[in-house]
Amino acid sequence: METILQLKGLSKKFGSLTAVKNLSFDIQKGNVYGILGPNGSGKSTTLGMVLNVVNPTSGSFNWFDGTLNTHEALKKVGAIIESPNFYPSMSAEDNLKLVCKIKGVHSSRINEVLEIVSLLDRKKDHFKSYSLGMKQRLAIASALLNNPEILILDEPTNGLDPQGIHQIREIIKKIASEGMTILLASHLLDEVEKVCTHVVVIRKGVKLYSGPVDEMNATHGFFELKSESNSELKVFLEAHPAIESYEEDDANVIKAILSKPYSAQLLNQESFDKDIVLTHLVQRKETLEEQFLKLTKEQ
Amino acid sequence: MLRLLSIEFHKLKNNKAAKVLSLIYFLLFSAIALFASIRFNFGSIDFRLADQGIFNFPYIWHFNAYFVAFLKLFLAIVIVSMVSSEYTNRTLKQNLIDGLSKKEFILSKFYGVITFALASTLLLFIVSLTLGLIFSDYDEIGIIFSDLEYILAYFLKLVGFFSMCLFFGILLKRSAFALGFLFLIWVFEGIVQLLVKFQAESLDFILDFLPLQAMGNLIVEPLTRLGIVKSTAVQLNSEFTKSYDVEWSAVLIVLGWSFIFIYSSWKLLQKRDL
Repeated sequence: METILQLKGLSKKFGSLTAVKNLSFDIQKGNVYGILGPNGSGKSTTLGMVLNVVNPTSGSFNWFDGTLNTHEALKKVGAIIESPNFYPSMSAEDNLKLVCKIKGVHSSRINEVLEIVSLLDRKKDHFKSYSLGMKQRLAIASALLNNPEILILDEPTNGLDPQGIHQIREIIKKIASEGMTILLASHLLDEVEKVCTHVVVIRKGVKLYSGPVDEMNATHGFFELKSESNSELKVFLEAHPAIESYEEDDANVIKAILSKPYSAQLLNQESFDKDIVLTHLVQRKETLEEQFLKLTKEQ
Repeated sequence: MLRLLSIEFHKLKNNKAAKVLSLIYFLLFSAIALFASIRFNFGSIDFRLADQGIFNFPYIWHFNAYFVAFLKLFLAIVIVSMVSSEYTNRTLKQNLIDGLSKKEFILSKFYGVITFALASTLLLFIVSLTLGLIFSDYDEIGIIFSDLEYILAYFLKLVGFFSMCLFFGILLKRSAFALGFLFLIWVFEGIVQLLVKFQAESLDFILDFLPLQAMGNLIVEPLTRLGIVKSTAVQLNSEFTKSYDVEWSAVLIVLGWSFIFIYSSWKLLQKRDL
């Protein structure tokens, strides 16, 4: 598999504060990665370093197996960071023309990318007349200009209204479905969950996990159970070989965590045989949010 | 190089402030020339600046190069704002992310500086040539195109000054601060000059190395060279001799400063986190 980006022990200190600590991970072609972490966990600093705007304190990174130096490599990358940065008095079209000149690509794709983010009819307007959502969409258009090998998005929905968030998500999903490698930094977990195949979790600049989303927490999921007599149900669960542990919440719903794969049908049958009639039975895996909270809490 | 120049030109073309200021600069430039050719007629006094010999070849090269250089302040504002606006709009960051290297960024700005200096020098040449052809008492080709080193000195003076502006723009990130700092340097050099003159005359040589002073040394004031003024001066002081040539030492010092300013801009940007 082709490695697009490789981080090797990357660290960044701002004075006495360590923003990123000894971070290593690889980005492979064709996957959609999410960098997860609470606010101030070092996501943007990490992206800043690989994007040539923040100088690493120690460690190194390689673009495309080190065949290109950083600024040459960035011409094959499409990236937007935090807020969209463009020349306010230039029109969208002129701004994109400038990006084409910097990246050394022909400006023939401008209309095409403006179409993708539905800004084609506003291309002659000054950037400063755009709403935040439109600015963010223009930034995505700009990142797509060179048909990038990888698209890097840092908090693309920050500060947008629900409609704007929806639009950006649809665009990302569309791009992801076309097989483009994407690196998405966000603290919004449902955002990441919907599109990512792989995640890197960092907290206070330290990597907690990197790998496929579904292996993040190697569990087999859990059942949510409820019956008229929860005490009998608990005895049954206690003795069950596939149940690792259980707990009851305020609404008397019991959460039984599995120690191995098990079917809901079988469990229902077994409990019925023991005269326990379930009023509520749901089998599911932990959401990314639950996994994430668990992971960040453990440390 | 063409790529960087076209990037910088694209930015300037779409920058209203830069366009307006440059226009004012070039208009003022031409207006000054026109002003000199106006005939003042107050009753018995019939005076025209152009008739005082200032537009005689080759003296005109020296005279114009010295006086229009004051207007460079207008372009300095353009240079400073074209650098600092990249910081305030955070477009510098975006440029780097899009694949411009920090070196290329500084180079593209330096090419902008060269372009402004070149355009201004060209205008000086054309305006002076036109005025000279109209008013000069001498019009032999050999005389017209002598003493052209003042035009080159003017170009170098602008490059040096604009490089300094570029550096302050990068250093301070805000136009107002950068221009204020420029003023402070000017005041500072004035103080150093006074100190040296009255307290430590043996340190005289230091003065030639101060950046603004060095740029000023490139083109010595031309007034005392003018016929009437000079004859008065010689009468008052028979030993009055002064070199009006463009000194090599001044050229080298200004070149040195330009290099220092551009190189430090690059190093500064390289060290910075954006």
